Amino acid sequence: MPKMDYIDAIRLAMKEEMERDEDVFVLGEDVGYKGGVFTTTKGLIDQFGEERVMDTPLAESAIVGAAIGAAMYGMKPIAEMQYSDFMFPATNQIISEAAKIRYRSNNDWNCPLVVRAPMGGGIFGGLYHSQSPESVFFGTPGLKIVAPYTAYDAKGLLKAAVRDPDPVLYFENKKCYKLVNGDVPEGDYIVPIGKSNVLREGDDITVISYSLPLHFIMEAAAELEEEGIHAHVLDLRTLQPLDKDGVLEAARRTGKVLIVHEDNKFGGIGGEVAAIIAEEMLYELDAPVMRLCGPDVPAMPINPPGEKFFMLNKDKVKEAMKRLAVF
Amino acid sequence: MSQSESAVGQTKHASLGLTDEQVLEMYKLMVTARRYDERCLLLQRAGKIKFHVSGIGQEAAQVGAAFALDRNQDYYLPYYRDYAFVLSVGMTLRELMLCLFSKIDDPNSGGRQMPGHFGSKRLRIVTGSSPVTTQVPHAVGFALAAKMKRKEFVTFVTFGDGSSNQGDFHEGANMAGVHKLPVIFMCENNQYAISVPLHKQVAGRIADRALGYGFPGVAVDGNDPLEVYRVMKEARERAVRGEGPTLVEAVMYRLSPHSTSDEDLAYRTKEEVDANRDKDGIPKFKAYLVECGIWNEELEASMLQEIKAALDDATSFGDKAPFPEPEDILYHVYDGDDAGRGGR
Repeated sequence: MPKMDYIDAIRLAMKEEMERDEDVFVLGEDVGYKGGVFTTTKGLIDQFGEERVMDTPLAESAIVGAAIGAAMYGMKPIAEMQYSDFMFPATNQIISEAAKIRYRSNNDWNCPLVVRAPMGGGIFGGLYHSQSPESVFFGTPGLKIVAPYTAYDAKGLLKAAVRDPDPVLYFENKKCYKLVNGDVPEGDYIVPIGKSNVLREGDDITVISYSLPLHFIMEAAAELEEEGIHAHVLDLRTLQPLDKDGVLEAARRTGKVLIVHEDNKFGGIGGEVAAIIAEEMLYELDAPVMRLCGPDVPAMPINPPGEKFFMLNKDKVKEAMKRLAVF
Repeated sequence: MSQSESAVGQTKHASLGLTDEQVLEMYKLMVTARRYDERCLLLQRAGKIKFHVSGIGQEAAQVGAAFALDRNQDYYLPYYRDYAFVLSVGMTLRELMLCLFSKIDDPNSGGRQMPGHFGSKRLRIVTGSSPVTTQVPHAVGFALAAKMKRKEFVTFVTFGDGSSNQGDFHEGANMAGVHKLPVIFMCENNQYAISVPLHKQVAGRIADRALGYGFPGVAVDGNDPLEVYRVMKEARERAVRGEGPTLVEAVMYRLSPHSTSDEDLAYRTKEEVDANRDKDGIPKFKAYLVECGIWNEELEASMLQEIKAALDDATSFGDKAPFPEPEDILYHVYDGDDAGRGGR
């Protein structure tokens, strides 16, 4: 099975979906001849032309708003936000419009839109090229939100998003682009939206996460294995609709749960995951639910010591996992 | 020479390519919308419905615009005062009343949205919302789809003068200008954004804003349906020829308060409203039709009777229709989520 970088898997998903369906097109800032600021769309314009790989004016609300219009007509737009930090001008279009089109029209209209947005820090991007925006959109029924970690999921979830009849926010992690490399089978497959995935089985502690932190968690889990601590690791993959059954099953496996995300703790996804566990199986737990998250500050700074302090890494994750294991 | 005749002795509407039947239909739609609107105000005051947002004073421009479009294929993104427009593109009084009474069979939203938030795929009326101007980029997206799919349809979007200040207007207009998309932007400039008068919103002219985006902007007397028809027809022809968008600023006056929750005399005078009532497009158009010799008081009386009967029927139909079931609110968040509810 060929191995490929996470970013190449994203590009391959777009290429294959555009070959499969002529209504699929990409629009955004610098997606054309430049191929995107991260090269995510590189080469697509040569194969599909300017119309289907459309450089837009620098105006995020129009990018998403026009994509919503095209989607309501029946097209399958993939709107790229250059950084997820810059999708906030389009928030009204995403929350007031895309999320409510099926609902407010009583199922008469729908909006098969994909918004791709690179999230996360660790690249010296400072406050406005590093954020994790998922908690802003999480809790908006009508939206689906995915955040792949593996290269396999990066391809399969994007293909599922393109084919989904409802709006999907696809948060790709920019630090994963070249860091994460893995098996990606040739040919067509999708990863179903709404299903979590067990990355590693173990009977001592359960770690639930999504996106980049899973990289650190898997490294830490391998080291802890040698110390006799066996971690069960669940990748949420989809944040909305959240795989409640998958979460509960993973939590039941060990009765000790650590939730990890790079987004700050307060108001983050982890709170909802913890609440689901508390509501459904509090008395089956052997330890209080733990959370390891970014600090509650507006965003991470560009200076290296400050960024390092904000970011998760293998050591921070390993320490938290150990603490839970010995509880 | 009378006002209704051009130099060659032809009526103005004939010179624009409109038949006598068409202008009479336009007039009837204008009056129907006006009577519908007045009935809504009455029903709200009587406590029969919760809320109405009025379009009184804006009917002439809406009907003129609708008749200039291809009502067999164009897409429409109307805003919440466009009763005359949606009536002109096929929505019925019964459907509007189902919407007003928030009933399950309301084609716009199944009783979910406030009245005036239109939407009907069957009629190519694209679903709209309350945050103003979000529909402008959507219209640009429909026009983009027309261009990509090599379709002949044109997209028509309306909004108020207040909305012309929103970023979505400027972002959408710019994108449409850059890509020369087949979309017509019509600003229904009724002089007020709820209570804030035009001079506190816009320092220049709304029509001139198009110049910054590289396409024509035309201001037109919104009380004259034939003038609106004329500029809209030209705008549509430009769009079909691939020459891109047009901004039409239909200048008019909102004769009614903003909504049933608004006391308009807190911010404008009765004298100002009365002075504008004299410019109302409906009596003016009636006078034109009489002058053309195709309308008279007898026909007027019979038309009013017909409209009243249709409104009475629609009101009773809307009033008696069932509400949605309470648990209906749980459905249509995502595709297929109503699979288990027995096909309701």
